[in-house]
Amino acid sequence: MLSITLKSLVRRQFSTTPKALAAKTMTVRDALNSAIDEEMEKDERVYILGEEVAQYDGAYKISRGLWKKYGDKRVIDTPITEMGFAGIAVGSAMAGLRPICEFMTFNFSMQAIDHVINSAAKTFYMSAGTVNVPIVFRGPNGAAAGVAAQHSQCFAAWYAHCPGLKVISPYDAEDCRGLLKAAIRDPDPVVFLENELLYGVSYPVDEKITSKDFVLPIGKAKIMKPGKDVTIVAHSKAVETSLLAAAELAKIGIEAEIINLRSIRPLDTATIFNSIKKTHHLITVEQGWPQHGVGSEICARVMEDETFFHLDAPVWRVCGVDVPMPYTKTLEINALPQPKDVVQAVQKILGKKK
Amino acid sequence: MLRKITGILPNAVKNASNVKTYATEATVEVKGFKLHRLDSGPATSVTLTKDEAIKYYTQMQTIRRLETQAGNLYKEKIIRGFCHLYSGQEACAVGMRAAMTEVDNIISAYRVHGWTYLMGVTPIGVLAELTGRKSGCARGKGGSMHMYAPNFYGGNGIVGAQVPLGAGVALACHYKGNGGMCLALYGDGAANQGQVFEAYNMAHLWKLPTIFVCENNGYGMGTSAERAASNTDYYTRGDALPGLWVDGMDVLAVRSATEFARDYVTKNGPLVMETYTYRYSGHSMSDPGTSYRTREEIQEVRQKRDPITSFKERILELGLVTQEEIKAIDVKAKKETDEAAAKAKADVEIPLEELYTDVYSNCKEPKLRDCLGYNIQHRVLNKGVNT
Repeated sequence: MLSITLKSLVRRQFSTTPKALAAKTMTVRDALNSAIDEEMEKDERVYILGEEVAQYDGAYKISRGLWKKYGDKRVIDTPITEMGFAGIAVGSAMAGLRPICEFMTFNFSMQAIDHVINSAAKTFYMSAGTVNVPIVFRGPNGAAAGVAAQHSQCFAAWYAHCPGLKVISPYDAEDCRGLLKAAIRDPDPVVFLENELLYGVSYPVDEKITSKDFVLPIGKAKIMKPGKDVTIVAHSKAVETSLLAAAELAKIGIEAEIINLRSIRPLDTATIFNSIKKTHHLITVEQGWPQHGVGSEICARVMEDETFFHLDAPVWRVCGVDVPMPYTKTLEINALPQPKDVVQAVQKILGKKK
Repeated sequence: MLRKITGILPNAVKNASNVKTYATEATVEVKGFKLHRLDSGPATSVTLTKDEAIKYYTQMQTIRRLETQAGNLYKEKIIRGFCHLYSGQEACAVGMRAAMTEVDNIISAYRVHGWTYLMGVTPIGVLAELTGRKSGCARGKGGSMHMYAPNFYGGNGIVGAQVPLGAGVALACHYKGNGGMCLALYGDGAANQGQVFEAYNMAHLWKLPTIFVCENNGYGMGTSAERAASNTDYYTRGDALPGLWVDGMDVLAVRSATEFARDYVTKNGPLVMETYTYRYSGHSMSDPGTSYRTREEIQEVRQKRDPITSFKERILELGLVTQEEIKAIDVKAKKETDEAAAKAKADVEIPLEELYTDVYSNCKEPKLRDCLGYNIQHRVLNKGVNT
């Protein structure tokens, strides 16, 4: 199963590609699109707004077909004005609607970050539990390909820093369907960080995942592959990197356990700790920058817990290189963690054992 | 409260020697409005009933008293942090409130003690919020700038941010088709914020029932309107949006303007309304308010334009109220706010465990972190109104 999944990952099969496999597959794009569609069908209060979400069918086609189906009232094209439309979305949530606020990419959410933090995340607490803000901020996050420094940045650590927010960073089609539906139904503000490079990738899905009732719990990680020698914790596209690294490690007799975080805040430390108690080694993998990053937080959580004493070696972080993203192709490739980096980190902490 | 006051009326009327005190309704001419991209404006001849006269006077006087108490409590160091007083601007809020219906909403910035009271929070609810105590309308957790009530969305501390939020509340009205609208208030300082123009633009495109209200009190902190804005005719700054200027020191003019604006925005989409007003205090309690303007300027406004004095003189002259009734209202407002201040001082703070309460409506964190570790169970007092 794993080798099949990895094979499909490496090939980057698209939904239109004929499948050699008998299993049903779904692209991340279709997973997101169907999740939004089903939740809009289910709840009249749910609407989507953002740049190009309606007539253009979505800059990345996540909202494809929704405008035709639901019309101007519930699928709203905005001008290029993030601070304004994020504020409008939050205000409508305060007054009883369930907006899905699409940022064309999360890089542009910095224009609107005041509304994400000050208007959305803090209002419930400031009002002593009176005004909750049920909103989803979503869009592609992190590095795409060849778009240079201002369009290649991971915001997981930025948003996860803030109490009042829930931050989700899904990996595959299952994650995207189950977690986006959960996010839309959630009464609190949720930041939903997608990955552009995964939009077109197909993943196996079963009937449970394609069911309209399918939701995943926010705050629970998923063990993608069990292993006994080392725990590798990752989120978003770095899960793919870790799975590829695990395949390499298997060749040299190292069995890695791969944890897909799914949720950055809350952070499922229980799953991480349990895994460490089994493997006694931990590597974190993320595309974001190292300082105060997701990996740093995981290190701190382990250090502060009894789990620390189960470690046989220091935790090691595999992160994006600590520079703005270059446009240069070879530099860009090397600015993000690759499977070989994960393999190297694992070998480093396992030392002479293998 | 109003009922009690009207309850004393028969005696007052009976005892009154002046025949004019028998008036129960009067027609009043309000000062001219300035219009931008509008063919016609608000009614300049308005009706004022005795009940309304008493209500507006009571509301304005209570707000003035509340702010006096707030200022005193601040000077006693019982109110902490920021404290922005509304004294001088009462007619703006009371006039707008008078034109609101039950499906209408309001959101403002941080000068909101008066609005909180007008939206149904008791004086103790306001003053105890300022003292950070349990009886505060946000249990003391929000403070001066973050108070809420049904149809009142705060209380926002980030200058200008409340304007798109208000357009969003209007979007919800429009979406639900409930016939409501939202007043989105901001000052002349916030009027220069980029997101204000973003909100104008989208509200106009989408015909959102929003009255964008610029309360122009002449100064954004210590920077006068002229030093901050290339165009100080704030009612004209909505570009394609129609605009309306009103004397914000005249409660009846503000009411008339808001009635007109309400009708307009629910039928046509947003407009910008400028209420020309003045604040007597500094920007906040830490500002004496005299380095960037003169004491003479403040005195002159107090003497010539005070919204409460001018309204009092008008309703006395019209024979809608007697001196005795005015005095009774004054005494009652003072007593009520004095008592509220005393209670707000004596009240207790919420227990320590409320530090960990209501961070989320549906908390998924197994534990919250205190200063040392993940030792705390999140507590739920409320689920929120949007669950």
